[in-house]
Amino acid sequence: MSYRPPKDLDEQERQAREKLTAHRGMATWGEKLVPLGDFRKAAAETGLRLSPEERAAALSSYTAGLGDPTPVEGPYSRIAVFGGIYNNHLALAELLEDATRRGAEAIYCLGDLGGFGPSPEKVPPLLLQGGVLAIQGNYEESLASGREDCNCGYTDPRDNHFAEISYRYTERHCSPGFKAWMGTLPRRRRVRVGRRELLLVHGSPRRVNEFLFQSTSPVPFLEVLLDQNECDGILCTHTGLQWHRRLPSGRDVVNVGVIGRPANDGNTHVWYALLEAREDGLAVELVPLAYDHPGLAAEMRREGLPEEFVETILTGWWTTCLEILPARERAASRF
Amino acid sequence: MQAEMNAPEVTLNSLDTLWFQVGGTVCNLACTHCFVSCSPTNHTHEMISLAEVSRYLDEAARLGVREYYFTGGEPFLNPEMEAILEATLAVGPANVLTNGLLLDPGRCARLKALADASDYSLDLRVSMDGYDAASNDPIRGAGTFERILEGIRNLVGAGLNPVITVTEVCREAATDSGKAKFFELLRSMGIERPRLKVLPVFQIGAEAERGGAYESWQRLREGEVPEGGLDHLQCSGCRMVTDQGVWVCPILVNEPSGKMGESLADSLGAFPLDHPACWTCHVFGVSCRT
Repeated sequence: MSYRPPKDLDEQERQAREKLTAHRGMATWGEKLVPLGDFRKAAAETGLRLSPEERAAALSSYTAGLGDPTPVEGPYSRIAVFGGIYNNHLALAELLEDATRRGAEAIYCLGDLGGFGPSPEKVPPLLLQGGVLAIQGNYEESLASGREDCNCGYTDPRDNHFAEISYRYTERHCSPGFKAWMGTLPRRRRVRVGRRELLLVHGSPRRVNEFLFQSTSPVPFLEVLLDQNECDGILCTHTGLQWHRRLPSGRDVVNVGVIGRPANDGNTHVWYALLEAREDGLAVELVPLAYDHPGLAAEMRREGLPEEFVETILTGWWTTCLEILPARERAASRF
Repeated sequence: MQAEMNAPEVTLNSLDTLWFQVGGTVCNLACTHCFVSCSPTNHTHEMISLAEVSRYLDEAARLGVREYYFTGGEPFLNPEMEAILEATLAVGPANVLTNGLLLDPGRCARLKALADASDYSLDLRVSMDGYDAASNDPIRGAGTFERILEGIRNLVGAGLNPVITVTEVCREAATDSGKAKFFELLRSMGIERPRLKVLPVFQIGAEAERGGAYESWQRLREGEVPEGGLDHLQCSGCRMVTDQGVWVCPILVNEPSGKMGESLADSLGAFPLDHPACWTCHVFGVSCRT
């Protein structure tokens, strides 16, 4: 794009004043000023005006089921679901024990195995040992496909700087075998708990890196998402913050949070979800999980990971990747 | 000479973002770069009433709209603006794009109360075009810089952290050092976590006169659609409501050809990317979202 050199201030002032009154009785139509009536007449004659029946049909075809060939697993009466390991093998070990103790018949992981924490290769043996059923997050997609970044979609240079450090570290410390395995993971799973059919995804059913925060995932939006995906509940992660909404339709959307780092609330524990079949539907419990966080911090320092990451583990407050937080979640944040 | 070719069409993937030209094209400023040429006397689009907004909110809920944006003109010239926000925040997150001049302490306190009462996020976006009066005022009007800062201070005082929006008319805003100057200004006002959004310039409306209009080659033509499709265009996920119906996007409201229908259901179809502003969105990956 080329710009004309700015005119002097007086000339700009004169033009600005002219503009304040230029529109009396006139409308802007592209580059031209035209009588208001001309614009309004043209606008009134443009576009569709469907009949009430056609509008109803357009709305119902928009919200209609999209069809999903994903096979349905289960049924189970109780499952544990977690996301965002971020290499936190100490929390993962704790989770496997806790979920088993609480009677989970299956344990699902919603992706983002790497990033942030230390020693990625300590994760796969635990997943194997716990019989964890996983799906791909954006991290697995990026690592398996040799992508240069984590595809978190940050625009703030500071966030990108730390995201890059985190991705590079994991990229360097993951064996080719582990990366290839990540590429074999499905992008979604459908799981039956009691009579409820749940869709398990990383970000959202639409995109692996779409953020479903509580304050930006309104009820009508979620109802339509469930209609389109023909399920009784959606389980997701990716934001790092756990929440649960029981919708007016009786269906559930649960962001299970992450076990890799605390939930930006000044507490050092992490979160996962337990889902249990009930006579009248589904019981959803968001479970706080304490683990050896000083041990993790010490290992992160040994591995030379940024002190900003260590601080988060030790204080429970995020120091990076804050850009993604919507106003409400950001207001509750310390940094 | 290149043969005339049709414009590619963009389909609506999902109606996630619904815009309201809630202030019409009426503004208490007449910025020299305004792509909708808003001014105190521009009634191309009139303000929208609470009743009308509510009718669209009902239809939007049936379509699962995810977020709502309010712009103008100046939204807070609309006497029903706070009631409109209250109605909106009952069904979803809201963003208001304002010039900051009507943000007195009382209003800011009421906005904070609305935000606190809702499950959903409320974001205020305040426009500036420079980090000092010398760079801002020639664009937005004499004395506006100080008044914008006062509005921002009032928001911060009420506990709201606005997103500061700067267009690339302020050329430095596109550079890291330029952004740093804005961050510095905002921090000096007590904002610990400044938020900044930089937008490219649309060479239409008042800006066509100020900076120059589009040239004939700046158009999208068939065959220029990238392999990844057109999902990066905001019109693949948004619509704009004005007092005269539903438009394809917030940019083309001064083109009757941008109008798609009378209701959201009328406006779910594909749209030809026939306008040079479509070229800007495509080339610069513009999104007006926060």
